[in-house]
Amino acid sequence: MAELARNQTPMHTVQEKTESASLWKEGWRRFRKNKIALIGLGIVVFFILLAIFAPLLAPYDFKDQNLAERLQPPSSKHLFGTDDFGRDIFSRVIYGARISLWVGFFSVLGSVIAGSLLGIIAGYYGRWIDGIISRLFDIMLAFPSILLAIGIVAVLGPSLQNALIAIAVINIPNFGRLIRSRVLSIKQEEYIMAAKAIGMSDTRILFHHILPNSMAPIIVQGTLAIATAIIEAAALGFLGLGAQPPNPEWGKMLADSKDFLTQAPWTMIFPGLAIMLTVLGFNLMGDGLRDALDPRMKS
Amino acid sequence: MLSYAVRRILMVIPVLLGMSLVVFFMIRAIPGNPAQVILGQKATKEAVAALTHKLGLDQPWYVQYIKYLGSLLHGDLGESIRTGAAISDEIWPYLAATLELSLAAMIIAVVIGVNAGIISAWFQNSWFDYIAMVLALIGVSMPIFWLGLMEQWVFAIQLDWLPTSGREDVRSPIEPITHLYLLDTLLAGNTEQFMQVVQHLILPSVALATIPMAIIARITRSSMLEVMKSDYIRTARAKGLSMFWVVYKHSLKNAIIPVLTVIGLQTGLLLGGAILTETIFSWPGIGRYIYDAIGYRDYPVIQSGILVIATIFIFINLIVDLLYAMIDPRIKYN
Repeated sequence: MAELARNQTPMHTVQEKTESASLWKEGWRRFRKNKIALIGLGIVVFFILLAIFAPLLAPYDFKDQNLAERLQPPSSKHLFGTDDFGRDIFSRVIYGARISLWVGFFSVLGSVIAGSLLGIIAGYYGRWIDGIISRLFDIMLAFPSILLAIGIVAVLGPSLQNALIAIAVINIPNFGRLIRSRVLSIKQEEYIMAAKAIGMSDTRILFHHILPNSMAPIIVQGTLAIATAIIEAAALGFLGLGAQPPNPEWGKMLADSKDFLTQAPWTMIFPGLAIMLTVLGFNLMGDGLRDALDPRMKS
Repeated sequence: MLSYAVRRILMVIPVLLGMSLVVFFMIRAIPGNPAQVILGQKATKEAVAALTHKLGLDQPWYVQYIKYLGSLLHGDLGESIRTGAAISDEIWPYLAATLELSLAAMIIAVVIGVNAGIISAWFQNSWFDYIAMVLALIGVSMPIFWLGLMEQWVFAIQLDWLPTSGREDVRSPIEPITHLYLLDTLLAGNTEQFMQVVQHLILPSVALATIPMAIIARITRSSMLEVMKSDYIRTARAKGLSMFWVVYKHSLKNAIIPVLTVIGLQTGLLLGGAILTETIFSWPGIGRYIYDAIGYRDYPVIQSGILVIATIFIFINLIVDLLYAMIDPRIKYN
């Protein structure tokens, strides 16, 4: 029997790998055809490049102050104008992409890891563990998310790192529920029963079969969650609970612009535009990925 | 329906208990001694000990929680550290301000969102459809605090059409009755003040309405498109009913169900978003109350503010779920 099991496993894995490869290939083919999704991808790549090459692209350092040139309107010297410390807003917006994308990616990564673990445990083991974890998700989802994030940062103290933790925590139930429902449907599949029958361990089934088969919805949900996370990070920054000065966080820059709306509206326009474009990029890309990867959308 | 309603209502109890537990542990999760954090590093040992005792932090946690729960059941939300007043006494004016703002925003979001969605579905692939959906996509991606600032800049500063901030004209203060100013000015029969309140309400409620409006428009459109493909709609058209009648009577009735759920879920977004809108427009609502409390490390106010908003959110979703079951008889508790 053990011999048989050893012989069967590789064949099964090969077939699964081929299927999963064709799913991604098919997904990419569908994604490429979707012009709006490609625009989204373009915007995202643009901001990623901006973040990576910020020191090369920004004409000034984001901390450089020049009080003689404070609140200058946009000009060839300062493309987006200057703020009340005479800092170049164009450079600060470019450096700001680093912070927003960093918080967006890593908070969602944290939510995906924690949510997947909890969702897998709840869905696979069921019974009372599922009861406890699912109720915990219900309770967390009962709070308006930004309010829960504010509560968490109020307790931990205002900082970019704590804002990232708060955003990661509030998004855990979304991923947890998603994975739980995937696990519940996948564990009824014949190949999982077969894997169990040949004596495969729970851990191996979970991490080699169930998790890889749940990747498509995680990627779709993850992309859309990055968009929300960027807005939430900016909201916390705007309330003074996220990045602290002199960090060029877009939300914080907007908060600082409040006092200069009359004489220097450019201090408000450009950071807001940057937030909106980045979020729009991730939303368009996420919608496109959903159409391309989610089999339920296939008609 | 009745058994669904009873079970759905009973489901609220564990969620409320869990929520109270989360909020209760918030203050206990503060790194170090919470009393010391609240009072600051310069506080004397006596003051810290007194506050520790006052907050009940010197007792085992389960004793503290049972006492906390008991107080909540009696409507006691604790005492504000900053003002020393009972939170349950001082919270209503703030809550009323937020409710007025959120309600106005929800009305704008539903009226414009649902109609934009319907017209988009009706004239699918037309210019209106494309423009409405692009706007909806931008609306979903819009940080409302940015939109609020843009509104202030354009409509209050550049055009000078509407007031920049606040809830009333400071030169003609409103005598509060219910603290819902639209209602209060109507009760007082003061149309001039009523119009001032409306003017103050427009910019913040439009900012707050944007995201829900965009989401509602998108859901209504897709839901309507699905319903309009059904056989009974084709039959209605075939027997010669006008398109307006078919869209607004036959299709909308069935398409509204998913929209209703989204409206319920968006209320949470509205209540959460209120903290940002209120900060921009100096709107004296509960979001502003919590925001100010953060600055003063007034944790009882932060706790109670969050708890009150979350409780309202839960009850709104409960009402939406019950309405949903009433409208759609296929829904059963599972």
